[in-house]
Amino acid sequence: MFAFILRRLAVAIPTLLLLIVFSFVLMHLAPGGPFTGERALPPAVLANLERQYGLNDPLWLQIWNYLYNIVVHFDFGPSFVYPDRTVNQLIAAGFPVTLTYGALSFLAAVIFGVSLGVVAAIWHNSWVDYLAVGISIGAQVLPNFVMAPLLVLVFTLWYRLLPGGGWSFNDPSFWIMPVIALATSYMASIARITRSSMLEVLGSNHIRTARAKGMPEHRVIIRHALKPAMLPVISYLGPVFVSMITGSVVIDIYFSTGGIGKAFVDSALNRDYAVMMGVTILIGTLTILFNLLVDVLYAWIDPKIRY
Amino acid sequence: MVIDQQKMQSLSDRLVQDEVKGRSPWADARKRFWRNKAAMFGLTILVLVALFALVGGRFAVWSNEELDFSVMGQVAQMGQPSLENGHYFGTDNLGRDLYARVVQGTQISLMVGIVGAAIAVIVGALYGATAGYVGGRTDQLMMRTVDILMSIPYMFVLILLLVMFGRSMSMLFLGIGLISWLDMSRIVRGQTLSLKNREFIEAARATGVSSFRIILRHIVPNLLGVVAVYATLLVPLMILTESFISFLGLGVQEPLTSWGALISEGAGTMNYGTLWQLAFPLFFFVITLFGFFFVGDGLRDALDPKER
Repeated sequence: MFAFILRRLAVAIPTLLLLIVFSFVLMHLAPGGPFTGERALPPAVLANLERQYGLNDPLWLQIWNYLYNIVVHFDFGPSFVYPDRTVNQLIAAGFPVTLTYGALSFLAAVIFGVSLGVVAAIWHNSWVDYLAVGISIGAQVLPNFVMAPLLVLVFTLWYRLLPGGGWSFNDPSFWIMPVIALATSYMASIARITRSSMLEVLGSNHIRTARAKGMPEHRVIIRHALKPAMLPVISYLGPVFVSMITGSVVIDIYFSTGGIGKAFVDSALNRDYAVMMGVTILIGTLTILFNLLVDVLYAWIDPKIRY
Repeated sequence: MVIDQQKMQSLSDRLVQDEVKGRSPWADARKRFWRNKAAMFGLTILVLVALFALVGGRFAVWSNEELDFSVMGQVAQMGQPSLENGHYFGTDNLGRDLYARVVQGTQISLMVGIVGAAIAVIVGALYGATAGYVGGRTDQLMMRTVDILMSIPYMFVLILLLVMFGRSMSMLFLGIGLISWLDMSRIVRGQTLSLKNREFIEAARATGVSSFRIILRHIVPNLLGVVAVYATLLVPLMILTESFISFLGLGVQEPLTSWGALISEGAGTMNYGTLWQLAFPLFFFVITLFGFFFVGDGLRDALDPKER
């Protein structure tokens, strides 16, 4: 298992480097820079600014300096647009927020999705099943950017129960709508995957044997059916995790929660290279680490899988 | 005993004419698909939405760019959906006719979905089939590349592309197409690998059929089912991606519009009491996604009956 993790890490690091180099080159190919505004700067000022941020160095040197600072000092450099703030500060301000509602909605999607799917499979073709399938079909066409306005409409504008935006770590009422908006459509997909894999497992031979031995049904399901039925769900967790982070862009903009999604979109609109790179690298690293975790989990649950 | 020649003749004629018609797997699948109520329902929705996009514009009284000065400034009171003044779906916040805007948004969203899926199908199928059929080192290298590309958070890269190179339709197509083929190539490669060593391919090879003909006659038709199902499920994903981007204001730009942009506009103005601005685009968005999901599921069940 240890060798397996090492081998996966050996693939992950070049991937990350590739992502950094790719986005770095992309940004330098693009027309317009952080200092091309509506009012043209005097050439002398521009030259000084470019020298200060090292924009005149050859591309490979810029990439090297950038990587060196990240690896050695864990420093993503200063923001180009807000000179008094570093990228580290901007990310540190937004990341805990994103992490809080992201993790909560991830948990919500998995817990409710799996429960819904398992319940539907156990009472296959009963009204419970039809209800669960109905919910998951309905929820699957409600992505975060559709759920967000609908939730605000119902809970803020009509019933005035929840605040329509903003964020506070101390008050969970700010968390509810972001979490529901992010989780709904993924809960639906997880429920569908769980249901069909659970149905398949429940029809297999080892379940029949367990039942024939006289094992009580709840033990059959918990001990024998659930574990193999979780495999397809686990392989879907990687994409769900990525979507939670991607969805934070919509959540941050719509609910003004101030997470890293907002930092990303703002920096994209301002051409603040440094912040964009920082966020992209952070998210790339998280994605790769999470996929590694999922692979390990998968190999642990299913001993047949060996890489 | 005299055999009635005439009767024998008619029997032999009948035998010749009514050669027992074998049902191809495709005919079977078609039959199962037509019988699937959810799929037929989905298909009906899609046909209606497509008709709306194609000919809906002819019934519009107002163009999508015209401002109706009589409702401007009092959209909440005057701009409601009404048949009398020709704003069937009401007006948007600037006094533009929402019906014409929704027709246009439908056209663009459907086009993005279909073109995006088409790029994914062509690139992904070619890439996957090549990797699977060639095998060996080439396959390893090609699929490793796909693995690496898949672990990149693509929505961020897409936003980067759009911001860097300007928000144009062609950039949107390119960006969506670039990322969408990865899953397709994996699926096609897996299918090709499992087909490559089947007996009927071996038999074809043993009788001296060229590998080009094998791919064309034996591999591609067997891939078609998977590709068709996946493409149907890919169109709504493309529409979702485009809407996501447009919701953020980074996708389709004015005066063009799409469902995502319209939903975003409607969501932004809903506390002024102009709910129809959210309701109409959202309605078309949701029913179209439903339609594609139903048709996709129906196709899968029809082509693979044991998977039900």
